[in-house]
Amino acid sequence: MFYHLGRYILLIFSSFSKPEKLSMYWKETARQMNDIGVGSLIIIGLVSVFIGAVTAVQFAYQLQGSSIPAYYIGYIIRDTMIIELAPTFTCLALAGKVGSNMAAEIGGMRQKEQIDALEVMGVDTASYLIMPKLLAAVTVIPMLVILSAFMGMAGGYLACVLGKLVTASDFMQGLRSFFIPYNVFLMQVKSIVFAFLLTSISCYQGFYVKGGSIELGRASTNAVVMSNIVILLADYIIAMLLT
Amino acid sequence: MIRVENIKRQFGEQHVLKGINTVFEAGKTNLIIGRSGAGKTVLLKILVGLIPPTSGSIWYGDVNFTALNIKQRKAIRSEMGMLFQGSALFDSMNVEENVRFPLDMFTNMTSKEKKMTVDSTLERVGLSGANVKYPSEISGGMQKRVGIARAIVLKPKYLFCDEPNSGLDPTTSLLIDELIKELTVENNMTTVINTHDMNSVMEIGDKINLLYFGELEWTGNRKEVMSSNNAVLQDFIFASPFLQRLRDAALKNVGNL
Repeated sequence: MFYHLGRYILLIFSSFSKPEKLSMYWKETARQMNDIGVGSLIIIGLVSVFIGAVTAVQFAYQLQGSSIPAYYIGYIIRDTMIIELAPTFTCLALAGKVGSNMAAEIGGMRQKEQIDALEVMGVDTASYLIMPKLLAAVTVIPMLVILSAFMGMAGGYLACVLGKLVTASDFMQGLRSFFIPYNVFLMQVKSIVFAFLLTSISCYQGFYVKGGSIELGRASTNAVVMSNIVILLADYIIAMLLT
Repeated sequence: MIRVENIKRQFGEQHVLKGINTVFEAGKTNLIIGRSGAGKTVLLKILVGLIPPTSGSIWYGDVNFTALNIKQRKAIRSEMGMLFQGSALFDSMNVEENVRFPLDMFTNMTSKEKKMTVDSTLERVGLSGANVKYPSEISGGMQKRVGIARAIVLKPKYLFCDEPNSGLDPTTSLLIDELIKELTVENNMTTVINTHDMNSVMEIGDKINLLYFGELEWTGNRKEVMSSNNAVLQDFIFASPFLQRLRDAALKNVGNL
């Protein structure tokens, strides 16, 4: 474990060396932003709508017969989405979609000697292959998380209104109540940390692939599993430190 | 010129290279030959710095390449081109983008200059008009040509080829060999080719280095192959009874002359 941790830290440090040519790195970063951001819009939107809707239904069920005002559902959904569900679920879903893709892409390049080819040309491979992905992820994933929070609230609204759990005005009143801007800061801290973790772990898994297609598949699976575990661990640590 | 001094490489208890000393000369096609597992690929990867040697040194001119750190090696690497066994083309880029990649990364040429350079390089390797095709859309021979074009687009001083004929039919193999030979002479490059293709040995082997269980068994040129008494070399080059009969017939004719 310490061997992997040490090698992971060294790889990530080496990935932040000076680019050979800024324009090439920028081009690669823009491509990654498109892949991560635009390519994940539908899945993140769908997941978030359903998470918001399910959360609304569950809270409505738990609030039945209690003296808590009905408009609290809107408030609870908003804060649950912002503080926990949007950053965590979005990044867990992205670990599966984007993380496995990154591990497979870099691992495939390793197996086909493309990384060796870059190295012989004099390209800093760790930097060229990892830095643009990290920069793209920590830029785009927080935006996806904001979208997720809004879509989650929209899902909650639809579930409440269509399911007649609370009225639209009660829900909107809840959404506007007790808003603490610090929670948005917390959401963004989480999303940046999770984005960095899922990208760097996935790149690490792909970068050191050896062997054939079985090892590549294993690296891709490891990228998802390790990212998920570390994201949840980081979630706990951030919650302890910042709340 | 590349000088190899007492290169040793060990993986665990296995001694893959046991002290190789040789010189790869400029303007010549220098071949590394040997049976599978002889250490050819390891030696080639040590030459380009992909694998560090356990001991020994590689000299590019007067520069000890093995003593340089990764950043210092960039200067030498800018003078290297390499053709990989599987071509190692970037799947997401078309032929033109693959060949243009080193220009994009390491030069300040304008788009027009890059386009002209790429087109002339593709023309030189016989691939005019293939610019927009992707690696998956072209044959193995064409992929090798694109790999060569990418390797020479920056006009390197050193060209390395790892099994350039693997997976190719004999006719295409000869064309690739001829192309490498012509480019070597045209650009006065130091070309190092790792091969076990006997046609290559006999057609383009200006200097041949035979590795045998991690040791340099024999060195010479293609003309000396026929007259050499080295049993390992003879067993390797003329492995089949058919080739042995051909050799014997050729030697008999020379004797008759």
